Amino acid sequence: MENKMKLSRSGRHPRYGKAVVHAVLFLGCFITLAPFIWMFLTSMKTQVEAVSIPPSILPRNWRPDAYTSLPEKLPFFTMYWNTILTSLIIVAGQLLFCSAAGYAFARIHFPGRNFLFILCLSVLMIPSSFLILPQYLLIQKMGLLNTLHAIYLPNLFSAFGTFLMRQFFMSIPLELEDAARIDGCGHGRIYSRIMLPLIKPGLVSLGVLTLRFAWNNLMWPMIVNTEKTKMTLTAGLSYLQGQYISDYPSIMAGALLATIPLIIIYAVFQRQFIEGIALTGIK
Amino acid sequence: MTVKTRITRQKRVDWAWGYGMILPLLAGLGLFYFYPVYKVFRDSLYTVGAFNRSSWAGLANYTKMFQDSVMWRSLGNTLMYAVIIIPLTVVLALILAALLNTRIRGRDVYRVIYFIPTVTMSVAIAMVWRWIFNGDFGILNHIVRIFGGTPQYWLSDEHTVLLCISIVSVWMGVGYNMIILLAGIQGISSNYYEAAELEGAGKIRQFLKITIPLVTPTLFFVVITTVISTLQIFDVIYMMIPTKSIAMSYAQSVVMYFYRNAFEYSAKGYASAIAVLLFAIIMLLTLFQMRIQKKWVHYD
Repeated sequence: MENKMKLSRSGRHPRYGKAVVHAVLFLGCFITLAPFIWMFLTSMKTQVEAVSIPPSILPRNWRPDAYTSLPEKLPFFTMYWNTILTSLIIVAGQLLFCSAAGYAFARIHFPGRNFLFILCLSVLMIPSSFLILPQYLLIQKMGLLNTLHAIYLPNLFSAFGTFLMRQFFMSIPLELEDAARIDGCGHGRIYSRIMLPLIKPGLVSLGVLTLRFAWNNLMWPMIVNTEKTKMTLTAGLSYLQGQYISDYPSIMAGALLATIPLIIIYAVFQRQFIEGIALTGIK
Repeated sequence: MTVKTRITRQKRVDWAWGYGMILPLLAGLGLFYFYPVYKVFRDSLYTVGAFNRSSWAGLANYTKMFQDSVMWRSLGNTLMYAVIIIPLTVVLALILAALLNTRIRGRDVYRVIYFIPTVTMSVAIAMVWRWIFNGDFGILNHIVRIFGGTPQYWLSDEHTVLLCISIVSVWMGVGYNMIILLAGIQGISSNYYEAAELEGAGKIRQFLKITIPLVTPTLFFVVITTVISTLQIFDVIYMMIPTKSIAMSYAQSVVMYFYRNAFEYSAKGYASAIAVLLFAIIMLLTLFQMRIQKKWVHYD
């Protein structure tokens, strides 16, 4: 009797509960999307309309002027290209260096391995803003300020990526490697032909995380490159906002254009993106 | 004999591969991470002026820091950001993760949408929010007027500026942490919930008594990383508050002040001392959290 009562109590308002959950989630969605919608709506207005009081919600006549005039205000295409190029180099570099080191740390026995691995891990504890000034001075000494090399060089190496790759290599059974060794494969072949294809989900995750970081990074690209043609999109947007302070449609158009590629890539690789982020919490 | 030499030869080949494969990484980390760590500590003891000429200053940068009221205010602001942003982000992320873990229609759509701010650059996010908060033409003031309130200069008022930046940061950070927590929640065995269901525990009770205790290892990770990133808050402040604004001193974080010293005032020695202080604070807080984790984190 009592059991029955309890059961009915827990199942008392399933529909009511679901409605509340939906209401909360829907409100959250609105709060998440509203700024993007406002970004788009503003970008389709004229400068005069954007600052009219009271503000119009929908543009009176939809005009893409803010987009078409953007290249006159700053070298937008060059900045786009700079961002694509440096992001790809950073992703490729991290995948290569981190997976190679991760393989060695997970699969090869050599003297000092544990010490060197802990040394790598210690880097994880250093906040990124702590390093930025000496890294800047270093790049300056190398004569690389205002070059694209400055943007990607310090970011090719990642302790976190190495740790992540090592975890993936550790999860592959030893038998596979033994079989390959009996067949006469060396580490080079085992790494490139057998192991890398097996940890593809790990590579995708690291690639996705690194891309997100490289594309959106502000402080580093901004301080090393002050020439407009060497800027990435983040620094370019900061410049745009500083120069055209009240041209809100252009600022919004620039912001939207700069974010669209990652949103599209995210929409396509949605599952990998989410898995990649979820992996950062691995224990 | 021959067998032994073959084995040692094989070992040497292995070692060569091992060192060879970690060499590029170690060289890169050495140049761009380990050397800079040394350099920051060194520079914090020097006065680094124009053209990077440096002269020995002893602890002068540190004593200056303790007497610098702007520094203290920046530190206070940063702690204020931490107090507002960290609990809000973590709690909202946890609630959303729990809601998205229920069997509910459109779950995947919600998941995709909540994640969008995480892939968007913080620069663009800050730009649109700055426009929303704009005192003269912003949409927020328009909404405030509709409801009969008084419009505010949100971003130049000393009472609201820090709160506005905090809201934007929370808005930006929830999706990321939600995904990590969702992964953690999905790792909880459904047996616990089935047993609770039989016992007649409601959903809220299940959340409090099962989900929260069992997700604490993931929660611990989320708290640690959120603390570290919040203490280094910079992008949003830089993009939303003009440096010359009077509100800057009420919004400025330690990293913002560090940035201005390093790259605007060209006081690189002093900036290094600020970096050392921040490093020490982050280190101590992280160690402290590691220490007290036994009290609230449940490992199986």
